[in-house]
Amino acid sequence: MGAQKKPAAAKVREDSEDLSRQRLQAILLADSFTTQFRSITLERPKVLLPIVNIPMIDYTLAWLESAGIEEVFVFCCAHSSQIIDYLKKSEWYTRPNPNLLVRTIVSHNSTSVGDALRYIYEQQTETSQIQGDFVLVSGDTVSNMPLADLIQQHRDRKKKDEKAIMTMVFKKQSRLGIGSDQLFVAVDPLTKQLLHYEECNSRGGDFCLDKSLLDSTVLCSDMQDCYIDICSPEVLSLFEDNFDYQHMRRHFVNGLLVDDIMGYKIFTHEIQSSCYAARIDNLRSYDTVSKDIIQRWTYPYVPNIDFSGNRPVKLGRRGIYRASDAVQSHTADVGASTVIGYGTKIGNGGKIYNSVIGNGCCIGSNVVIQGSYIWNNVTIEDGCEIRNAIVCDGVKVRAGAVLQPGVVLSFSVVVGRDFVVPAYSKVSLLQQPTTEDSDEELEYADSSSGTADHSSGLNNLQIESKASELGPDGAGYIWEICDSAHDEEWKHSVVPIPMDKLADITGAMDDDDIEDDIVVPPSGELKSDTDIINTDANDSYGDFEREVEEEFLSAVEKDNKADIVIPLINSHRLAYNMDSADCAGAVFYSMMRLAVKSPHNSATELYRNAMGVITKWKGVLGFYLKQTDAQIEVIMKFEEMCQESEELSPLFAKLLPFLYDKDVVQEDAILRWGEEKAGADDCDKVYLNKCESFIKWLKEASEEEEEDS
Amino acid sequence: MDFQVVILAGGFSSYLVPLVAKEVPKALLPVANRPVLSYVLDLLESSNLKDLIVVVEGEDAALKVGGWISSACVDRLHVEVAAVAENVGTAGALRAIAHHLTAKDILIVSGDIVSDIPPGAVAATHRRHDAAVTVMLCAQPVSGPSESGGSGGKDKTKKPACDDIIGLDSLKQFLLYIAKGTEIKKDTRVKKSILCAAGKMEIRSDLMDSHIYAFKRAVLQEVLDQKPAFRSLKQDVLPYLVRTQLRSDVFSDQSNVEENGNGNGKNNMQNNEVVLSQILSNASMPSFHQVYESGLGTRKTHKCCVYIADESKYFVRLNSIQAFMDVNRDVIGESNHLSGYSFSAHHNIVHPSAELGSKTTVGPHCMLGEGSQVGDKCSVKRSVIGRHCRIGSNVKIVNSVVMDHATIGDGCSIQGSVICSNAQLQERVTLRDCQVEAGYVVCAGSEHKGETFARK
Repeated sequence: MGAQKKPAAAKVREDSEDLSRQRLQAILLADSFTTQFRSITLERPKVLLPIVNIPMIDYTLAWLESAGIEEVFVFCCAHSSQIIDYLKKSEWYTRPNPNLLVRTIVSHNSTSVGDALRYIYEQQTETSQIQGDFVLVSGDTVSNMPLADLIQQHRDRKKKDEKAIMTMVFKKQSRLGIGSDQLFVAVDPLTKQLLHYEECNSRGGDFCLDKSLLDSTVLCSDMQDCYIDICSPEVLSLFEDNFDYQHMRRHFVNGLLVDDIMGYKIFTHEIQSSCYAARIDNLRSYDTVSKDIIQRWTYPYVPNIDFSGNRPVKLGRRGIYRASDAVQSHTADVGASTVIGYGTKIGNGGKIYNSVIGNGCCIGSNVVIQGSYIWNNVTIEDGCEIRNAIVCDGVKVRAGAVLQPGVVLSFSVVVGRDFVVPAYSKVSLLQQPTTEDSDEELEYADSSSGTADHSSGLNNLQIESKASELGPDGAGYIWEICDSAHDEEWKHSVVPIPMDKLADITGAMDDDDIEDDIVVPPSGELKSDTDIINTDANDSYGDFEREVEEEFLSAVEKDNKADIVIPLINSHRLAYNMDSADCAGAVFYSMMRLAVKSPHNSATELYRNAMGVITKWKGVLGFYLKQTDAQIEVIMKFEEMCQESEELSPLFAKLLPFLYDKDVVQEDAILRWGEEKAGADDCDKVYLNKCESFIKWLKEASEEEEEDS
Repeated sequence: MDFQVVILAGGFSSYLVPLVAKEVPKALLPVANRPVLSYVLDLLESSNLKDLIVVVEGEDAALKVGGWISSACVDRLHVEVAAVAENVGTAGALRAIAHHLTAKDILIVSGDIVSDIPPGAVAATHRRHDAAVTVMLCAQPVSGPSESGGSGGKDKTKKPACDDIIGLDSLKQFLLYIAKGTEIKKDTRVKKSILCAAGKMEIRSDLMDSHIYAFKRAVLQEVLDQKPAFRSLKQDVLPYLVRTQLRSDVFSDQSNVEENGNGNGKNNMQNNEVVLSQILSNASMPSFHQVYESGLGTRKTHKCCVYIADESKYFVRLNSIQAFMDVNRDVIGESNHLSGYSFSAHHNIVHPSAELGSKTTVGPHCMLGEGSQVGDKCSVKRSVIGRHCRIGSNVKIVNSVVMDHATIGDGCSIQGSVICSNAQLQERVTLRDCQVEAGYVVCAGSEHKGETFARK
């Protein structure tokens, strides 16, 4: 198909010979860098998970091929060996004279799209494999949209405007996208330039719109991001330049739109309603896309057509796809929109609706399967009931067991006799990875980088040791759902959203809309507000200190630079109406807390910690320490902290000279502090006495200086 | 039609000083020698809206307006004139006359409109959607309403005066957002719930609010009662209704509420389920308001609709001196169908009783009122001259408006200016872009540019 298109396209591009020589290339990210499919993806990479019995990556590759892409780079990260093995055996490698050249890129330490693209960019310098504009997709995309025209459009636009470096593909949402995050985009109706991109999980509240967008803009909340991007090579180098870009949308797109220094532009393309494009990014979309495939929206990528070396199944009436050798009892009732794979046997009296059943499954008598996805070689014994569940390869469900809606059974789990698996639970032979990894962007398998295979040895041990979670004859662990995610679980599962939840969402939509009349506030009201602030100044200082500390710690965590932290702290400062001395105090407080919190065994280690923190962050502190008052405030704060903390107090005398050395506090401040304290009670002078010698030295030094001059 | 029309005729607008004065409230300013109010009345009459209340600020002005109305059109229309205190704002004015309002829907029209957009269309849209409020929008004049070039002083003041920013749904039926561009400093906020419900919002800055609104009376009165601080329809009431359209505090239909009162709770639930299942089954949406309402059960919604006038229609609000000049020029020029006069072969109107001296020319797009006299060797171009004016010889009048009973001495040259009634220009006065207050006397031989003459 691609070969047929080429001459026609070349003719069009006669004027631009350079461009016409470029091959159409694509980068396929075979790693989602998320944990949405966890429990399954611990053992198998997401792109190899079957959707309607065919691995996802085959849909993506088949689509890219038919869309005229000539070369695709499959970027593998987690489970890379599995992906490469699969590709090697698949039609994509074995076929003679392929239209689509599949190459793999392996990197084990990429944890995000950003890392992946940076890795590709670095390789680029050696191999220069990416020659021009390329299509960036992830390996879980199911689509049948044509790309050639879109790429041509992108190139034409790029020729006119060098800054147009990316075209994003959007689709109008056919359903109300309840459950997933709400996406708001603003697009220029004429040029289709993307002006604003915002994803948020609440549908209430206000949408903030910059004035520059107000001229003529279309705001959309019904668009779906297909995560199909046509990129120019600049995109790669932008990722290289901005090493903190991780997420394609959150960082890169927003980065370009918000702090747009170079004036790069992103354009959008809305696909026609006759085309299909969707990304499988959670279990709910797995469910939706499966249904769309069965209902043939994705034609020609449907189960009864061979598009990637798959064995087509026959399509019968009422949308039932049945493999030719599937054995089905006459008393079994197979309902509409169901797929039954090769070598599958279905016993008497079963009821199967709206489900996909893989190859080599064995289903007993009187089994009810509804809205579920049963993968390959699954054994379901008599009398089981399975509703809205995903059941992976090799699972055994023993007689009489019940899977409540939303259950996900990972590979080779065994559900015991008559056991009821509670709703929304995820079951795996592997234990739940501990959640210590705060980095939510981490991909599956704790980036075990394709080495999950050897963990199968471990599995046996685990099964033996603790197998009773799924009944006496079962095997597997029921993963705990963390509390915070519990309420959210229904949003992403394969189960249709319960009626009450749906009403809840719509209801909750604007519960947070407090009555916000824009009645011009009488000026008195404003005054009373400031009064409150003033009277509560002491209280709010505590809050302020806490906020600053949080801000500071998050900066430490993210390893931000001082010039990023300062504006953030300033915003709190304005919010709480504090002056810079207060800020200095609060920042210093946070720094010392950080030093105390970081692990240490002895006072010297703590001293070293403190020195490290001060050296690293003195830029932030220094910003607020331009005046002597602020410096005195810092010393007083330090004193206060020492009084409260046993650990710190011996360090006072050591750290003060250090602060002086580092120019954090100047001698003026120290001397004035000394003078102020000199008149105080003895108990207040503890720390002054401790550093008496230092102050004395300072005094002498300054006197000497005066003499010199 | 069960529509009551309220014409907000204002009083003595400060923007129009010195054109308005004690004797001439804004509503009676002449446009092609007819009070501007008569254009509004004609427009309403053409849509068969005859039950009118004219609200005037200030007793004196009300008397003047009432006097004119009773002389002009008492036979054709049923007009009541109500006086309200000055500076109460549009919402205040409606509050003051609330007891006059009885019909189910109220059409509110600003009294300073010269237009050919049928208000009946707004009323029909309002009824069709059963809306709480319907706003008429028209194209923002970008380069001035008239394409005819060559009028002096036109370009520099032609910035669009009001800069409305309007959010519409994809079918351009509903109003989702409205704000005044000049009031937005850096950014603005749009309710996400509305955006989500509507799917798409088109933000337009090329439309403007035409100050013709249709309100449901119950809604309007509810809002006016509940929010005593609201002063302006456009700035307070309308944005409030738009913002709260998905969680209406106003009982948009009281009779409906009573019907649904107790027995129908169950029914309501069923309805909800029907619509919910429609959502789930991916049915086409009825209207986002209905969907939303059903999801909430207890909450009510109301619709804010728009009627977008065709771009070819004429619309100007007489709210500045520039607009006054434009309207006068257009009504006898490009959009002369508005004036109701029949034009001569030379595209001008010279009243039969007017007297022209020898070698005097009156160009196209001019109007010369009843009983006016023009001396010898004069030239009048694109100007309106009122009744019983006396104009000397060798006078040039270009792009100007001369109101009734004005006297212009020999050798004057007037360009782009307004001479109010009874004003007097002595000999050889040269005026350019000036306004002369009623009864003012400009001394002989003086030359002025861009000045305003008024007695302090």
